[in-house]
Amino acid sequence: MKQSKLSSSLLFTSSEWSFDLIRECDQAIGEIAKEFGLDTYPNQIEVISSEQMMDAYAAVGMPIGYHHWSYGKQFLSTENSYRRGQMGLAYEIVINSNPCIAYLMEENNMTMQALVIAHACYGHNSFFKGNYLFRTWTDADSIIDYLVFAKNYISKCEERHGISEVESIIDSCHALMNYGVDRYKRPYPISAHDEELRQVERAEYLQKQVNDLWRTIPKSAGGKAEKNTPRFPSEPQENILYFLEKNSPLLEPWQREVIRIVRKIAQYFYPQRQTQVMNEGWACFWHYTLLHEMYNRGMVSDGFMLEFLQSHTSVIAQPAYDSPYFSGINPYTLGFAMMMDIRRICENPTKEDREWFPDIAGSNWNETLHFAMRNFKDESFILQFLSPKVMRDLKLFSIVDDDHEDKIEISAIHDEGGFKRLREILAGQYNLGNREPNIQIYSVNVRGDRALTLHHTMHNRKPLADSATEVLKHLHRLWGFDVHLHSMDGDEIKQSFHCPELDE
Amino acid sequence: MSYIIDRRLNAKHKSAVNRQRFLRRYRDQIQKSVSDAVSSRSIKDIDKGGKVSIPTKDIGEPVIHHGNGGHNTRVLPGNKQFSTGDRVNRPEGGAGGGGGKNASDSGEGEDDFSFTLSQEEFLDFMFDGLELPNLIKRQLSGIEEFKKVRGGIANEGQPGRINIVRSLRAANMRRIALTAGKRKRLLELEEQLDAIDQQEESSRDLLLREELIAEMAKISNAIKRTPWLDTFDLKYNLQIKQPIPRSKAVMFCIMDVSGSMDQATKDIAKRFFILLYLFLQRNYEKTEIVFIRHHTSAKEVDEDEFFHSRETGGTVVSSSLKLMKSIIEDRYSPNEWNIYGAQASDGDNWGDDSASCKELMSDHLLPLCQYYSYIEITPHDHQALWRTYEEVHEAYPDKFSLQHIIGVEDIYPVFRELFHKKVA
Repeated sequence: MKQSKLSSSLLFTSSEWSFDLIRECDQAIGEIAKEFGLDTYPNQIEVISSEQMMDAYAAVGMPIGYHHWSYGKQFLSTENSYRRGQMGLAYEIVINSNPCIAYLMEENNMTMQALVIAHACYGHNSFFKGNYLFRTWTDADSIIDYLVFAKNYISKCEERHGISEVESIIDSCHALMNYGVDRYKRPYPISAHDEELRQVERAEYLQKQVNDLWRTIPKSAGGKAEKNTPRFPSEPQENILYFLEKNSPLLEPWQREVIRIVRKIAQYFYPQRQTQVMNEGWACFWHYTLLHEMYNRGMVSDGFMLEFLQSHTSVIAQPAYDSPYFSGINPYTLGFAMMMDIRRICENPTKEDREWFPDIAGSNWNETLHFAMRNFKDESFILQFLSPKVMRDLKLFSIVDDDHEDKIEISAIHDEGGFKRLREILAGQYNLGNREPNIQIYSVNVRGDRALTLHHTMHNRKPLADSATEVLKHLHRLWGFDVHLHSMDGDEIKQSFHCPELDE
Repeated sequence: MSYIIDRRLNAKHKSAVNRQRFLRRYRDQIQKSVSDAVSSRSIKDIDKGGKVSIPTKDIGEPVIHHGNGGHNTRVLPGNKQFSTGDRVNRPEGGAGGGGGKNASDSGEGEDDFSFTLSQEEFLDFMFDGLELPNLIKRQLSGIEEFKKVRGGIANEGQPGRINIVRSLRAANMRRIALTAGKRKRLLELEEQLDAIDQQEESSRDLLLREELIAEMAKISNAIKRTPWLDTFDLKYNLQIKQPIPRSKAVMFCIMDVSGSMDQATKDIAKRFFILLYLFLQRNYEKTEIVFIRHHTSAKEVDEDEFFHSRETGGTVVSSSLKLMKSIIEDRYSPNEWNIYGAQASDGDNWGDDSASCKELMSDHLLPLCQYYSYIEITPHDHQALWRTYEEVHEAYPDKFSLQHIIGVEDIYPVFRELFHKKVA
């Protein structure tokens, strides 16, 4: 009797999924998520096959992308490792758009589908909607629109100017993609329709501006004028692609527009690169919490939970630094551990927690978590919320690898004296500013050979990798005149790259 | 509120274009890899698609990142034995420590980038830039090969092919044409009748009125009696037979199986023949192969026997050429067939036979053939046959070519050499 009563409240018992089951399951999860106060965009759940998943992979998760060989390369390598069984496909891909698009793979069983719905459709989705970086930097309403515009524009360019021509411009832009982001200015919202209207106008206007900058009529002869000429640009520019789009002397209007498209897409992905730990941690925390809640309410079976926990644990596994599987700190592990720990600190604070987190110990865990989700990025989140317990559990330690020393030094471990330092170093590791070389456009020789000079401000004496030479070639293609890159340690030039190479 | 959409039926190959772009961009590297693969593959798999690799460094997408060196700090998980202030040696190979970033960049590290080509793509790369020389005969061959195409409208045909619209239009035209005079007369009469009706009642010519009415009735009757549809209105859709141009090729594989040809040499010859066969198949809809093997006498055999059976004896090359000539005369009229010859041998020939080879070749075979290629597989010096054939080559540089192969790795390059596109 009891048995039949129990099974009647179960949402599903078979491992086969069906559209009805998915709908019911989504509804149930959605209701529980609402009770927990998760605010989400509407969901658009799309069921796709594994081949389509590989397609989605290759397009870096963008549902519509312009054509480029690098996506083909991505596809080939995904396909190859998938076919050889080296790699399983991700369970889900979710797109920061409104409605929020999540892909479910048809090969997965019902347990996995439920897990993905909880993880992507409620976890990631609410993060996209709530986190300040996404709110400031991306426009979920118009991204799909913009991608459509970009794709059409680029294929039109290909028709008009030839595939190779367009391809080489995109290559160059991709090489500089990480330097195509505004870090402090909020971009305007974009939509395909407006974009098309503005595009023509912009092309004409821009060309005029550029011509003005390069006015060739000499104002006065002699070196006197040169001294007074203000440096151009007056401030160093960190958004290299933007600078090129606006000021590069030889580009055609369509080439400027292509730069702009790549720049906009880089900007769209910028928040994702800064919130990986938080985003995954948040999504893992909520699939864990939501599915447990379903279990407590008797909606899913024991078998479901076992299966779910098995894949959950494999997702958040962290191999040790000396394991052959180690490839850096797993953002899922770190994020999930921190989110769970915040809840623990709120609900069952220890003496240590009260000392470290007097503000949140004993507070409402859900509000605190939401506060953390909304107002932080990886760097500040770790700096603010990484607790000694998590560091102990993960057995974190930090090393100093200095090329002036012949040995690596262990600078801090998970003990009383090391927590603060560990936390700072780990946070710094997630600071994009430290991770990527800091390169800015320093000056343009406006009166002379039009050479472009960039400065790399060295961080902890870290040099640039040799790939800089290659990237400089791309920069040279976009600029059209000589390009110089100096690595500066203080005022001293440590390393110089030139394109074309200087004869010596 | 969620929407659930089934996208599984959507196009699968969204990335196909990007994949093509990739293949296009790295054409040269892939071609090189394909040609390596062709040399090293077993004969059975030679036309299969398959894995090709190109060096990772060629396809890199450079981005600026930090190199090794400088002052690095890093947090790692899973401490087991360290305590603060410990100093340890740098790990070997750069993994784990400061250099770890590079290793995780691209899964496969510094290896080659490898991926799978489909059979079609593989063959495309294999035969890219090659063409069959002297490809002129595209002879229409006889029976059966027709296709039906629509050929406009005809007045005769089967009832099933009636074109209703055109038939009714014709009927309409006929009716208008046949009744035009009568309708004109009818109008005149009506006018006269109206004129009479407008006169004062007393002055009306009643007799004339009666006559008019009677004539009008007669004419309307005649108009009505015009047939609505007549047999000669009927139009039919016409279908005509068009012959399909077909090109057919026959390839003669001639191999020396005398005692001097060992298994390795035969294997090389076989690879060459297979390449040639695949290539012909891509150029002609219909390709036939005739296998001729010879020692002192020649014999037409099937594929299996051609490649596998062993015979010994001396060598008389001209016997095979004679056989080829008689087969052409029997079955493959040069008017209909493109004829290709490929001969492989180790260069041995009966002392005074070479002269008759030359004669057969120049006078009888080459005028019939599109192209004849001879490969000599031998690590030794050339003998009489090679020199004789060199003379033939000088006489017919377009139609006859000869190449020398030493080992397996020469086959594909030699093959490309034989068939590379000649700029006109």
